Amino acid sequence: MRLQILEKGHGLGTKFLFAVIRTASRQPVLDVIKLVKYRPDFYGAPMSDVTQEAMRGPSPWSIGDRELMAAFVAKTSQCEFCTKAHTAVAQAAYRDGTDVSASLSSPETGPTEEPLRSTLLMLGKLTREHAVDADDMRALLAAGASRQQIEDALAVCFSFNVIGRLAEAFAFFVPGPKAFEAGAKYLLARGYR
Amino acid sequence: MSDIKKARKTLISRVLERNAKASPSERRAAFNNTGLAKPVSTLVDKVARQAYRVTDDDIAAARYSGLSEDQIFEIVICAAIGAATRQHDIALVALETAEGRQ
Repeated sequence: MRLQILEKGHGLGTKFLFAVIRTASRQPVLDVIKLVKYRPDFYGAPMSDVTQEAMRGPSPWSIGDRELMAAFVAKTSQCEFCTKAHTAVAQAAYRDGTDVSASLSSPETGPTEEPLRSTLLMLGKLTREHAVDADDMRALLAAGASRQQIEDALAVCFSFNVIGRLAEAFAFFVPGPKAFEAGAKYLLARGYR
Repeated sequence: MSDIKKARKTLISRVLERNAKASPSERRAAFNNTGLAKPVSTLVDKVARQAYRVTDDDIAAARYSGLSEDQIFEIVICAAIGAATRQHDIALVALETAEGRQ
């Protein structure tokens, strides 16, 4: 990471927690955890509350759908860390063998059904162009998305438009698949708090 | 249904108003992506528009301009949250308009 404080600036209790994570998972501590645990009162704690509500709060979208949205937003903003992390979570969350990679590479033609397909495309436009307009929303409503589904998808997008930017700006290390599998297991069992 | 309004408000108020190492005006400027001098403005603008373009040199330049690592940490976070907030708000207004509520 580009800031030494995010690698080594944590308090003793947090360093002990990292040692426990390394021992229990047999994987390195992911940089996203190092970020949220550094001065958590400033960013990590309030951001975790936002992400927990967006990703695990009550919603007409399943957890797998929301993790797929997170991965798609990350892919659109070219954040390799978040794309790999949330592809792993989505794949594990969909217990029916849904092909997450195919949905991510081509939402228009992949296995994703409406209204999730149009929702992904709207989130992609918002992330890429930093804006959408009323016509985009009318098209999404016409594709069958409810107001609540759109608001919930926008909440996911907000979280990952923050986290993806930070992952790239601070240069999160991108570990191998086993570390992301361990992370996915944790996020499905415990959530984002 | 999930509702991030309250949590988002708390997050924004925490990064902009809480006592921290960067001044409130610097954090607000980073959040709004306006009114900062180079090289910090370059870093903040990249975070807001295309964060994957941030380089080691951008961070080094911010450090060389006199910012501590903690100040850079805060300013980058404010820039990221500000940009994501603007996107979120634009999309919510578009939804309201589409439904004829505005």
